[in-house]
Amino acid sequence: MEFLSSLFELIFTPAFAASVLRITTPILFAALGGIMARRCGILNLALEGTMLTAALFAVIGSALTKRAVLGGVSAALADPALVSKANFAGIIAGFIVGTVAGILMALFLAYMAVGLKADAYLAGLAINTMTTGGTVFILYMVAGDKGISSSLDSGSMPFIDLPIIKDIPILGEIFSGQNIMTYFSWICVAIVYFILFKTATGLRIRAVGETPSAAESVGVNVKKVQYIAMALSGLFCGFGGVSLSMSYVQFFSRGMTAGKGFIGMSAMNLGNASPVGTAVAAFLFGFFDAMANVMQSMSIPVQFVQAIPYVATLVGLVVFAIQSDNKVKKLKAKQAK
Amino acid sequence: MTSKQIERRFEIFKTFVAVALALGLALIVISFVSESPVEAISAFITGPFQRATRISNIIEVMTPLMFTGTAICIMYQANQFSMIGEGAFLIGANLATWFAVTHENWAGLPLITVCFIVAIVAGVAVAVVPAVLKVKFRANEVVSSIMMNYVILKISDYIFYYILRDVASGQQASFPIPKQGKLLKMFGLRMHVGVIIGLIVCVAAYVFIYRTKWGYQIRMTGANMNFAKYSGISVMGIALSTQLIGGGIAGLGGAVEILGRYDRFLWFGTQPGFGFDGVLVGVLAKNNPLLVPVAAFLLAYMRTGADVMNRVSDVPVEFVDVVQGLIILFVAAEMFMAKYRHKLIVNNAKKQLEAKEAAE
Repeated sequence: MEFLSSLFELIFTPAFAASVLRITTPILFAALGGIMARRCGILNLALEGTMLTAALFAVIGSALTKRAVLGGVSAALADPALVSKANFAGIIAGFIVGTVAGILMALFLAYMAVGLKADAYLAGLAINTMTTGGTVFILYMVAGDKGISSSLDSGSMPFIDLPIIKDIPILGEIFSGQNIMTYFSWICVAIVYFILFKTATGLRIRAVGETPSAAESVGVNVKKVQYIAMALSGLFCGFGGVSLSMSYVQFFSRGMTAGKGFIGMSAMNLGNASPVGTAVAAFLFGFFDAMANVMQSMSIPVQFVQAIPYVATLVGLVVFAIQSDNKVKKLKAKQAK
Repeated sequence: MTSKQIERRFEIFKTFVAVALALGLALIVISFVSESPVEAISAFITGPFQRATRISNIIEVMTPLMFTGTAICIMYQANQFSMIGEGAFLIGANLATWFAVTHENWAGLPLITVCFIVAIVAGVAVAVVPAVLKVKFRANEVVSSIMMNYVILKISDYIFYYILRDVASGQQASFPIPKQGKLLKMFGLRMHVGVIIGLIVCVAAYVFIYRTKWGYQIRMTGANMNFAKYSGISVMGIALSTQLIGGGIAGLGGAVEILGRYDRFLWFGTQPGFGFDGVLVGVLAKNNPLLVPVAAFLLAYMRTGADVMNRVSDVPVEFVDVVQGLIILFVAAEMFMAKYRHKLIVNNAKKQLEAKEAAE
């Protein structure tokens, strides 16, 4: 009991809740990327590699742009106006370069899977293998270090104090002062919902994902729709990459995704590729991750806590399978009548 | 020649082209980034064969890949794309270590034998979850096996941290594996008899798949599931059994690796990655267990070469991952060189027609 009360003491704090939001951000982005891919019928195992690539290129784009704007003058000696201009340009460039890198990686997977008809999951695994080593290789070429990009002066997306909310006692501590990417990830959930369910493209994506032949028979260009959906998948992974290397930390380190792409994929599966369900699942993963962090300091077995979300996902897979079975049965019974 | 023969030859040819192309691209990249490209490339290509210890290293590196590669072959022959090899390998290694360190006073041979059995059972046991989920609930085995791998990783972490960990060792490591529990070294080098066990497994798997009724059923299920079902094969039984066999082989691989190469169990916190490498080996071997040693050797050779190059030149070893990824992509891409295949088949058909007309 003593253990439980001390655990509750650690968990029921604004700092803990804030850490859940922080930890969830890249997972949520990856999960949103996973939704777009799954909805168009492609199993995207490359979320991990796509995010990693985006994280690296965000840092490189940011640092090189900053350097170019400063024109070789060191930041300490330059005119303050120029420095702030360089910082701003660096942030914008990092965001754009990282996102574009994410989109390109996802389109590459789409080209392999749709254009060259490779097994999507094999191509996804291949891309993960390539990016694990490739990012270290590029990091070494650009920064001269194999572990971390600290020699590159890259920027950080801004942290934002929310007006009004920041003055509310507990809520303010939790929700205010997070990085802009965290808030942006919540907006993206709505964006994904809107794209999928309120636009013609979204309807086509869902149709292609469910039965490509039926979609094709009514004149939908299946390949084109899949390329669009995969580009969107890459876009969100790109945001995820930026949120890894340009927000709570401002560097790239090797393998910094550390399975977050796969966790995002699990969250997507647990949420059955619905935007809201997936977001809830992503927060669940974030919660257990944060809880494991806290418990580590209490020196009690964290492994079981860490395993909970994965077990939940396995159970989720079963539940969804039974649900869809029942649906089919009902439809068949209706037809029989 | 029939079109089928041409296709088979074409597939082998395509694999060669894929490897050559990936290596060629790698060499181009090396010559751009390295200040001494000739030295770097020669270290990469000839380096692994220059010393007996390096050849021994290739054998050592290829040994675990033969197990996970064979596991992948058997599962892929039946179109079961389970990634459970990764987790089965880890838990096999983990529990083999557990058995070895808790039965220190056993004699060598029985200890090793029971360690192997424990590892095989563990591998089969963890493979049950994605297999049953697939068979009973038609849950995608790729996704569920990857989830299961994370669960296994946490279980392995727990066993390691709370049971096996030797705090006195001064590092994140288990208690030492008893001396008599280790596999014999060969030729006075670091290479161990695990490679022979691996070869036996590959040959046995080949015989199983290509020379038994069960194996025929597996291949039939993979080639055309509906036809297999129609001819009375229990497709679900095949899906289940191939995944369990794959898990068992990968589990055995884990035990062989830990008892052959390590003094202590060291894998904590991250997946060691042998299962993922096994996919590459399986794909390269075209799901034929007899070709698995060749594919594993190639991969081990590239790794060792990259390692040597890393030491003598300025090219980081990580580039070998890119080469590996490229090879999978080229081999997996169905449309890669598809025009050439088409041409081969058309030309052959034309020739046969002409021969027929000439005969008439």
